[in-house]
Amino acid sequence: MNLRVDMPLADARAMISSLRVVEADEATDQKLIERIADWCDRYTPFVALDPPHGLLLDITGVPQLFGGERALLDGVRAAIAKQGLAVKAAIAGNAAAARALAHHVDGTLAEPGAEAEAIAALPITALRLDSDTLHGLKRAGLKTIGAVASRTRAELAKRFGAEMVALIDCALGKAEKPISPRRPLPDCMAEHRFAEPVVTESVIADSLLSLGKTLTTILEKRGEGARALIASFYRADGAVRRIGIETGKALRDPLIIQKLFGERLDALADPLDPGFGFDLIRLEAARAERFDAQSARLDESDNAKEEIAYLIDRLAARFGPQRVLSFCPLNSHIPEAASAAIPAQYTKPTKIAWQRLSAPNEAPRRPLRMFARPEPIEVMAEVPDGPPLRFRWRRLAHAVNRAEGPERIAMEWWRQQEPQPTRDYYRVEDDEGRRFWLYRDGLYGRETDRPRWYVHGVFA
Amino acid sequence: MGDAGLSALRNLLSPQELVEGQARVLLGHAGTDACLKGGLIKGALHEVFAFDSSHAGAASGFAACLALRVAAKKKLLWIRQDFSALEFGELCATGLLELGLDPERVILVRTADAASVLRAAGEGLACAALGAVIAEIPSEPKILDLVASRRLNFAAARAGVTALLVRLGAEPDASAAETRWVVRGAQSANDEEWGAPAFAAELVRNRHGETGDWVMEWSVDHGIFREPAADTRAVAAALGDRPAAAARRAG
Repeated sequence: MNLRVDMPLADARAMISSLRVVEADEATDQKLIERIADWCDRYTPFVALDPPHGLLLDITGVPQLFGGERALLDGVRAAIAKQGLAVKAAIAGNAAAARALAHHVDGTLAEPGAEAEAIAALPITALRLDSDTLHGLKRAGLKTIGAVASRTRAELAKRFGAEMVALIDCALGKAEKPISPRRPLPDCMAEHRFAEPVVTESVIADSLLSLGKTLTTILEKRGEGARALIASFYRADGAVRRIGIETGKALRDPLIIQKLFGERLDALADPLDPGFGFDLIRLEAARAERFDAQSARLDESDNAKEEIAYLIDRLAARFGPQRVLSFCPLNSHIPEAASAAIPAQYTKPTKIAWQRLSAPNEAPRRPLRMFARPEPIEVMAEVPDGPPLRFRWRRLAHAVNRAEGPERIAMEWWRQQEPQPTRDYYRVEDDEGRRFWLYRDGLYGRETDRPRWYVHGVFA
Repeated sequence: MGDAGLSALRNLLSPQELVEGQARVLLGHAGTDACLKGGLIKGALHEVFAFDSSHAGAASGFAACLALRVAAKKKLLWIRQDFSALEFGELCATGLLELGLDPERVILVRTADAASVLRAAGEGLACAALGAVIAEIPSEPKILDLVASRRLNFAAARAGVTALLVRLGAEPDASAAETRWVVRGAQSANDEEWGAPAFAAELVRNRHGETGDWVMEWSVDHGIFREPAADTRAVAAALGDRPAAAARRAG
């Protein structure tokens, strides 16, 4: 069949009458490429997309793990081909040369330093040049990369611009152009390849521990500890699962790393599915930070702090950082905005101090429990701007015995889009000793004629 | 009640722990402390119930005050279910502060279900650096059975961290708890004004002693329980220099 890419459809149909035509679906193609890229991650974390249908892998230091460059190249090609995909691949000392070779001489392995030689015979279309440049080169009679390379740089730059020269130099291995990986590269990593794919939880746990040991040794040499860790599980059938944990402070203890991942894996809504087994597990420090090595002489209070930080990390690994919180004071007198609950792992000391509102020997002025949405109530009051006498909340009637207030709280107009009514708060005790925090929304007469009432919280 | 009042006052002036097999912490209320034979046992499981969920505020406040007593200066882990926040209100930092509990000492864990509350409580109780773990479990989930409560009790004993199980709108079931309290709000002691937090606390189960019921008032400034005082200001003023007079008044 003489079909080729970019051929007009009519020509193809003329050649093969029974041709089945399918609309191009770029989004699906893109997804497939991303999945292949994910799978390639098992060879190196440095995988870059090379649109439209290419992938670039930086395999520096990798081939010896796979029995050399030739074995690596053949392995990748065979594995992808097995999925029913057409694949072309090449290895070279730089991205431009590797790309050119892959497209034109599938399966080439360019010896280090011999890139110029390897690509010399390729047509100039193998390089990513714009159409004007290609046209110009053709007119000048330069049909192969070798022919272009033989011209002086000054000559080429004058005719085609500096950019084109830079590209040629990159392909020849005379200059370097960085490629950007799909995922941020880890600060450091450790990995475990299994000849026999692993399935059992205990082997996975053991492997996380030994990876933790390797990783912490690297971190130790650098004087660092990990704040965020990612474990990637590569299934033999190509699926990749990444699980992340975060810590409140720099961490360098393999046992704790193992324990935190244990918590996280245990709590996954969608559990880790080994299928026919994982053939690679990688542990990377996604974020590392300077590690203060004072741990040798911890006093008791430091020890307690450590223990609590570890507890917080464990709980956050299991329930999620957003569910393990500590309180921090905010600069507002609006009750619901006076403090915030923020992830305990990220808590930093603030300049704002907690301030008790009640005077010494005075009863609490804020409720112990507060409703995120104040609940509307029916209220009977002697006068519209007076304290409540009776109220009904959640179908239960309450007779007010004591009412303290009002404490008038004006909304902070500069924070809101719409002006909010002023609230008059009352601390109210009913005849059974239950204590509530109620407010009348809006000043009677001035802001509203029919003020509404709400329960905002309950006191101890 | 003169003698009891006097001893309570001594305790109040110098809160101390009596070590008698297990460490105990005086609550400050003479009647309760006598019944508990020297205070609440640390490193054990205690349950606080509000049968009637309209008394949820009082019951959670009572638990917070117990935690303040047993935890000394240590941090607290407060675990609550999402349902609990919707139904009874979210724990409020300024409200904790007004009860005398520095919000920075509290780590709040929000969980989706009762199983997660128990799990988090187990983790917390293993951490000896904590002063207490307060776990809220509303209604009666199946998972909270005798075995689960035994587990909490053991975990509490092992690391010496006190466990307080807060059961709002729930009926009690078999459990391994050291004590069980049923709490309702109580009227302010003074007719005129809104007084200190007051609890009608019923001790319905006590593995090492009698049961009883009392009205207990919480002194925010002293961080201790006391008998409801007719005039809080006078008692507070008297505490510093004339203990005997205050004792008579309290009695």
